[in-house]
Amino acid sequence: MEVAGNVGMGFSPPVYPDARHPTTPMSSTLTSVWSPAYRFLEWFGDLGFFASQVLRSAVRRPFEGRELLRQLDDIGSRSFPLVALAGAAIGAVLALETRSSLVQFGAKSMLPAAIVFSIIHETGPVMTGLIVCGRVGAGIGAELGSMKVSEQIDAIEASGVNPYKFLAFTRILACILMLPLLTLAADFSGVMVGWIANTLVEPISFQKFIHQGLAGTSFNDFLAPTFRTAVFGLIIGMIGCFQGMRTQGGTAGVGRSATSSVVLSSLFVILADVILVKLILVFFS
Amino acid sequence: MMPADQPVLLGVLESGATATENSAEETHATAIAISGLHKSFGSQVVLNGTNLNVASGETLAVLGRSGTGKSVLLKLIIGLQKPDSGSIRIHGQEITRLDLDAMNELRKQMGFLFQHAALYDSLTVEQNIAFPLKRHTQMTESQQRARVQELLASVGMERDLQKMPSDLSGGMQKRVGLARALALEPAILLLDEPTAGLDPITSGEIDQLILKLQKEYDMASIVVTHDLLGAKTIADRIALLHDGNVLIEGSFAELEESRDEFVSEFLKRDS
Repeated sequence: MEVAGNVGMGFSPPVYPDARHPTTPMSSTLTSVWSPAYRFLEWFGDLGFFASQVLRSAVRRPFEGRELLRQLDDIGSRSFPLVALAGAAIGAVLALETRSSLVQFGAKSMLPAAIVFSIIHETGPVMTGLIVCGRVGAGIGAELGSMKVSEQIDAIEASGVNPYKFLAFTRILACILMLPLLTLAADFSGVMVGWIANTLVEPISFQKFIHQGLAGTSFNDFLAPTFRTAVFGLIIGMIGCFQGMRTQGGTAGVGRSATSSVVLSSLFVILADVILVKLILVFFS
Repeated sequence: MMPADQPVLLGVLESGATATENSAEETHATAIAISGLHKSFGSQVVLNGTNLNVASGETLAVLGRSGTGKSVLLKLIIGLQKPDSGSIRIHGQEITRLDLDAMNELRKQMGFLFQHAALYDSLTVEQNIAFPLKRHTQMTESQQRARVQELLASVGMERDLQKMPSDLSGGMQKRVGLARALALEPAILLLDEPTAGLDPITSGEIDQLILKLQKEYDMASIVVTHDLLGAKTIADRIALLHDGNVLIEGSFAELEESRDEFVSEFLKRDS
């Protein structure tokens, strides 16, 4: 705190830099805590309002099927190679890393189960969510941000088309629909490459690998983790569209929107993962 | 409302006041009637009780210094922003309290040319112009193509159908934006700085194009501009915004005759 005057040495009271807004250690601390908290609450309020607008627009005609198909292609098909590649890398690494640990404990036969269980339950869904945060979240934030600063979103609205539906709802729905499918792709390539990596060290048939891998698991073990990624899709789509459509400040603002879309959606995907894992354990175990 | 120290404006604003009385006859003749419009952004008052009327088939140019709320006025008319208070009537219908669906219906009767054209940069010229046709008409693909060709021909761009907006010059983008604004044959055309950033020759071409299209489509138009020569060329009336209000409104000759210091200074600086 900056206080002018010789406090405690004379009779004159301390003179604050701005007499109308005196700063004390307490008020300074409160301000430093309250200001970010206020901004956070304001952001949440705005997000809630945005979500309600999107939801309201979703039940109105027209249903923008053509734009939805375009987004399904853009978000789904074009993310597929990256997600499959990352899944394959995770499968290979898991096979190589886990093998040495299991061999040490004499549990080598558990290797297929360790790989399959790990990929399907946690690694596949979370990795897919984070990859889509990076590729799609940034893309949506930058694209809508750029449209916002160049008045294209205003132009859509001025032509009598609801931008919440045409731009936001289609992207959010495409994310919700494509995330589980992309997760399946990541799981499949991870298990396949895990088997290949395992076979290179110690040959095992794919049928036996899968049989051992799925031993003791039920359909719910597979279903709930995969479909929780639909929630990740909702988070990625919603935050990307929200950050993009509230962009301000020209090209620098577009950059900020792209970055914040990735950072915030990654953060919320990780938080949602923790909560959903707990819920899945409660309801599906 | 009119400031008390502006007697030069009395005649003009009296006509504005009578138009908002909404007799049936006036409602049909008046395409846009704005009265007592207030709009602020935080502590900054942009419009402070603005009154304006535009008759069907008439072109009004709105002039004023930067930041006086000219573009905001257009965005309020098309419902992109909400006024703090006041009334905006389009063909007699109050729009400030319309819900989204009703507003979207009304927007089909209005064309808007944005300051930087705001073409959809992921779509071709053809797709940009077909965008409102696809959404708001029952036209077949071939009818849409024919309409796009017709509109592009009217703005002299029929050879640039497959170009992307990034491949077009500023003047060409404005032409395409104008064609898109006219796609649904609107009864009202709103033009936000149609010649901003263009060289004098291109500006003149755009002005002539707007004149030609106004005759062709017989629309009520509001043109926001800094270009005094352009305003003189295309507008039937001119309104000068100052301090959130219409300072003076009338023909270009009437503005030139004004003894108001600001009006004289504005015309002198801009001419």
